[in-house]
Order: sequence, then structure tokens, then C-alpha cells
Amino acid sequence: MIMDYQLIWVLLIAVAVFAYVTLDGFDLGIGILFPFIKDPAKRGKMMNTVAPVWDGNETWLVLGGGGLYAAFPLAYSLLMTAFYIPVFTMLLALVFRGVAFEFRFKSRDHQKHWDFAFSAGSIIAAAMQGAMLGAFIEGIAVENAKFVGGPFDWLSPFSVFCASAVVVGYALLGTGWLIMKMEGNFQGRLRALAKPAVIWMAANLGVVSLMTSYIHPAYAARWFDMPNLFFLAPIPIVTTGLLFWLWHAVKHREKTVFGITLGIFFLCYAGFGITLYPNIVPPMIDFRTAAAPDNSLSFMLVGASILIPIILAYTAYAYWVFRGKVGDEGYH
Amino acid sequence: MFDPDILARVQFAFTISFHIIFPSFTIGLASYLFVLEALWLRTRDDTYLALYKFWLKIFALAFGMGVVSGIVMSYQFGTNWGPFSEFTGSVLGPLLAYEVLSAFFLEAGFLGIMLFGLNRVGPKLHFTATTMVAIGTLFSAFWILSANSWMQTPTGHIIENGRAVVQSWWDVIFNPSFPYRLVHMVLAAFLTTALVVGAVGAWHLLRDRENRAARIMFSMAMWMAAIVAPIQIVAGDMHGLNTLEHQPAKVAAMEGHFETQNGAPLILFGWPDMAAEETKYAVEIPKLGSMILTHDWEGRITGLKDFAPEDRPNATIVFWTFRIMVGLGILMALLGIVSLFARWRKSLYSCTWLHRFALIMGPSGFIAILAGWFTTEIGRQPWVVYGLMRTSEAGSPVAPTAIAGSLAAFVIVYAIVFGVGTAYIIRAMNKDPRFAHSPKGEVLRAGSRPISDPTIPTAGE
Repeated sequence: MIMDYQLIWVLLIAVAVFAYVTLDGFDLGIGILFPFIKDPAKRGKMMNTVAPVWDGNETWLVLGGGGLYAAFPLAYSLLMTAFYIPVFTMLLALVFRGVAFEFRFKSRDHQKHWDFAFSAGSIIAAAMQGAMLGAFIEGIAVENAKFVGGPFDWLSPFSVFCASAVVVGYALLGTGWLIMKMEGNFQGRLRALAKPAVIWMAANLGVVSLMTSYIHPAYAARWFDMPNLFFLAPIPIVTTGLLFWLWHAVKHREKTVFGITLGIFFLCYAGFGITLYPNIVPPMIDFRTAAAPDNSLSFMLVGASILIPIILAYTAYAYWVFRGKVGDEGYH
Repeated sequence: MFDPDILARVQFAFTISFHIIFPSFTIGLASYLFVLEALWLRTRDDTYLALYKFWLKIFALAFGMGVVSGIVMSYQFGTNWGPFSEFTGSVLGPLLAYEVLSAFFLEAGFLGIMLFGLNRVGPKLHFTATTMVAIGTLFSAFWILSANSWMQTPTGHIIENGRAVVQSWWDVIFNPSFPYRLVHMVLAAFLTTALVVGAVGAWHLLRDRENRAARIMFSMAMWMAAIVAPIQIVAGDMHGLNTLEHQPAKVAAMEGHFETQNGAPLILFGWPDMAAEETKYAVEIPKLGSMILTHDWEGRITGLKDFAPEDRPNATIVFWTFRIMVGLGILMALLGIVSLFARWRKSLYSCTWLHRFALIMGPSGFIAILAGWFTTEIGRQPWVVYGLMRTSEAGSPVAPTAIAGSLAAFVIVYAIVFGVGTAYIIRAMNKDPRFAHSPKGEVLRAGSRPISDPTIPTAGE
């Protein structure tokens, strides 16, 4: 395994997607929690905790998509064609959800409608992302570098389980975030909501992990052949440990809930990467086949290595500016 | 009817037409906010702060809609235009990646501080945030116009295994039409914003001539119109010459010329008939067409008949969209000149018909941008990448029903979301700008205080 441009870019895009999943994950999670919190003032407060940062969070989605287009054009064109319906459904859901941030506070008479748009948009977007993840793992029907499947190939029992896992995972990230940001009774309410979510997520992860190993023999071999079994066993073991720790934290801790959930996300994400490597359009096309020429990859790498550290710095600054508990006045 | 190519083109045209409205407004508005905050920091005159907050609310709404419609665009290349993505990915992809890295993150990263952070970070750092957002919008324009210009006048690449591969990034980014397109588009964005600001200023002046915030808005906007509209006409002319050099078929369609001729007339109006290969009912001025395009009365202008029928853009549409853009551009310049005259006559704030004129011209920038966009994009057809890839070869193998279904969903969703968003923007514009930074501004009404009261701009402080 030599570090070349193709490998660097597949890793960079993986990082961008993970950044998206965790950052937009918790603000989508707030929308997923909306149906359980009826009080308009509390909803406003929940939204205020992410209003200054959601935009930057969602930009990672554009970087993931744009990076795939630039670095792996073949994979981009195949995946987008195969996921036509879930991609468009997700985008339309994100349209509703995104404008709700501005519209909710501008609207006198229709606040409930924008609350619904925010919540439904968040849930649908999360579910579509999960379903696409599932369909991605199951594989895309490709012949001669053309997509040959049907428009509903992405919908399967497995992808439904993955959708459910992502929705509940984002909800937990959102709860973890809000437990940090809120105080008193409302914090207690959030803790109560988190408990069933942890159980649901644990069950979902178990099902998805077991099903994954039955999808392709290669996936099972990656995990269970020697010596991989020995090296990779810590991933499920640590994940299980984190789930127990999370169960404890949602009852007693304030700041660790979010961090532990992030840890679980990271391990699951790493698990998927290990399962799929080196394929970028499973089960047939590896990332080297799909890659753009080296001069495109190197040109982008110059910009990425200068700009990404700067982006991380000012993003961190923006989070720091809006740190701490959210008072009643909010930012609006 | 259910031709997937046509459906995919209609969908792209629909979504990008909606999208382009918002960035072209926010590019100008971000720079305007930068100027307002700079003036406030310099003079500490609270009217500037009130104006800043007034336009910031509108900026937030427009920016939000621009972001969500833009995310759609970044995925549509792949869903509907797979073969195009594959062919162009290694050329256009990096340009768009640079746009995301240098512009989108900058805008999004500092937008939160700009919108909610004034009391948290203080005026100086807040001004830095405003500056970063304004710079971000201009970076964004740079990269997206570079990508679009490459599709119009591709250079710096070779074709390898049926894909475009870059030979020189410099030639790709600074392709022949890019400088003209960038200048024309950024000026259009500034002008569009100035016309909106001018119309809002005029609206409030029509209600109350003494409204100081409205006076400042109107005056600044009219300076912009007076200076930028004439410059834009010159820039547009230079862009036209560039197009004649690189895309003669587009110019022939814009001008409605079917026959190649020396000393070609300028066709003012007419109906280019693609089937009959002639422009019917033409009202023309002899030899002026050659003069404008070649700067020579006897200059040679290539007609559409010199191009194979399958290589001709649709002249009927392009001829008219071009005239709408130019006509509105002339009216904008006229507004600017009239305002200079009114300023000289000291009637800038009292001339009712000028205010009405400015009010009517408020949306004209958006219409001109759309008309210009249609001219350049439809004029490029039948090519998606000029001379390299036909639009008919660029579409994904997606079921027509899927495209039709997603198109219908877009029409419904955009109608709701952008209809409501526009209503909120208009409502925000209708509020009295003097009270924009007053916590109790909501309950105050224009005229609720004596107009001579000097404390009005700082009401609520």
C-alpha cells in the first residue's frame, strides 16, 4: 500500500463524508427530536443551538459530492445514477429543512408548518442517507462501466435497517449535543429520550453488522479470516463497550454523551471502510479504476492541504464563539 | 414529451434559473453590507448600523435559499448528466472543489458570526466576518464562472480514452471567455443589488421623504446605477466581441442573421424562423450590425446557414432573450443618468416619478441576468462542452418517468419554498429601515413619530 494521490483522495473524501456525518448528523438529529418536544419555545431554543453553524456543517456534504465528482468521476456518475431517487428525495428534504432555519423565525402564522418542514426534512434526509449507505454496501449493478440496475434497487430490507440506524444515530448525536447545551428539566427530558434511543441503536447495529457479513462472501472473509479476525476484533468489542458506557452517560453525565456517540459513529464508519476497501462502487469497481488523472488529483491536493487546515481553524473559532449553554435570549 | 434529454434539460434549466437568482443577489448584497458596516465603524452613525441590520435579515433569507438550491446543483451533474460528469470530472471537478474549499466554507463559516455574533465578538471581529463572507461570494463567482466558461470555450486539455484530461491548469482556469464572463457577471450582480436597494429606498421615500435611512440607500444605489450600468454596457460589448471570435454561431443566433454578409444590418426586432431559415418581419438599421460587432461598417458577419443545421442554436429564443437583457441594461443606464440629473437639480429625494421609476426597475436586474443566462447557455447548444460534447450525449441512462417525477417534485417544492421566501423578503423590505436595530422595531410603524425627531435613527437604544 503506497501513499499515492489516488489513495490520499479516497481517504480525504472518506474524511469529508465522516465530517459531514458527524457535524450535520447532530443538527439533523435536532430535527429528528422535534416530534418529541412540542413546546414552540423549546423548539426555538433547540434550533438556536445550531443556527450559527448548520450551514458550515452542510458544506461538508457539498465537499463530499464535489470531491467525488472531481477525484473519482466514474464513481460519482455511477452512484448518482443508481441513487437517483434517494438523492433527489434527500436534496428536497434538505431544501425544506435548510430554509426552515430562516423561515421559522420570520413567520408569525406558519411557525408550525416550518417546524414540520424542519422535522420531516431532517428525518427524511437522514433516512435517505442511511438507505443509500445500505444500498452502497449491498452493491451497484454495473456492466461495462454503465449502471444497469433499476430505479428501486436501493430499497431493500437491509437498506431499511441502515436507514433506521442512521436516523436513531443522528437523534442520539442531537441529544448528546443538546444535553451539553441545555440545563434543568429540559435536560432531564432529553436524557429520558436518549435511553430508548441507545437500545434501539444497539439493536440496529447488531442486525446491520450480522447482515453485512452475509451479503458478500468477501465481506465475511475480510472480518473472519485469520489473521484479520485477530486484528479487527477490537472494533466490535470496543463498540460494545462504548454502548454500555453511553447507557451510563445518558443517565449521569453531561458532556460525555456527545463524545461517546461520536466514538461509536467513528468505529462503525471505520468498520464499513474496512469491509468495502478498496471498492468505491461495490462490489466490482475499486477506487483506482474510478480515479481522475494524477494531475487533477495533485492540483486539488495543493488547495486542499492549504485550505483545509484554515477551514478547520475558522470553523473551530465559530464553534468557540457560540460555546456554552444557550440562554433564553438565543441568537435571533 | 417524455424524451429524457429534454426532461433533463428542462429540469436543469429550472433548478439553475431558480438558483442563479440568489447568488447574484447575495454577491452584491454581501459587498453592500461590507460597505455599510465599514461606514458605521468609521462614522459611528447609527443609521448605517440600522441599514446593515435591515439588509442583513434579507441577506440571511436570500443566502439560505441560495445554499439549499446550490446543494441540489452539485448533485444534479451526477444524477442527470452521468456521461457529462465522467467526461468533464477531472477538469471541472477540481474547479468546483476549489469553489467549495475557498468560498463555500468561508461564507458558511463566518455567516453564523455575521448573523448572530455582533454582541459576542465585538464590532471589529464582526466586521472581519462580514468581510470574509463578502470575499467568499466573490471567490465563488470566480470559480463557478471559470468552470462555466471552460464549457463555453474549452482550452488547456486533451482528450484521452474519451475523457478530457488537463494539460495546463492556467489555460483551463483562464480560458478565453473567462475574464469577460466574470466581469460581466460580477457587475450584473452589483447592479442587480443596487437596483433592489434603490427600489426599496424609493419605496420608503415615497412614504416619507425625510426618512434618512431610505435617503442613504437610495443615494448609494443611484450612484451605483449611474457608474456601473454604463460600464456594464461596455463590458457586455467586449464580451460580445469575444463570443463572436469563439462562438460565431451563438452571435449569429443572437443577431438573427441567417445569411453571411458584409455590411450586415442591425436587426432591432423580428422573428427568427429556424425552419424557414430567415428572420421574418425584421426591423433593421443598415450596416450597424457589422459596425457594432466588428467595429467596421463593411465587416463580415457569419450567418447561421454557414453552420450545419444540427450545429445551430435556437435563434428564436436567443434573439429575444438577448434583446430583453440589452433593453433592460439601457433602461438601467437611463435610470442612473436621470438620477445624476436629479442630484444636480437637488431633487433626488423629492422627485416622485424618479422614485416610481426606480421602484419599477427593482426586479429588472434579476430578469436581465436570467435573460443573459438563457442567451449564453441556449446559444451554446447543441453543445454542452462547446465543440467537444453534445448535450444529447451527456444525459444519464435514467428512466424518463424518474426525471419527470423529480422535475414535478422540484416545481412544487421550489414554488412553495421560494414563493414563501420571496414573500418574507418583501415583507422584510417593507419594514421601516430606521428601526431595524431597535429591539422594539417590530411594534413601531412608519410615521408613528414626528418626522423631525432627530432621535429616530437611534430609536430604542
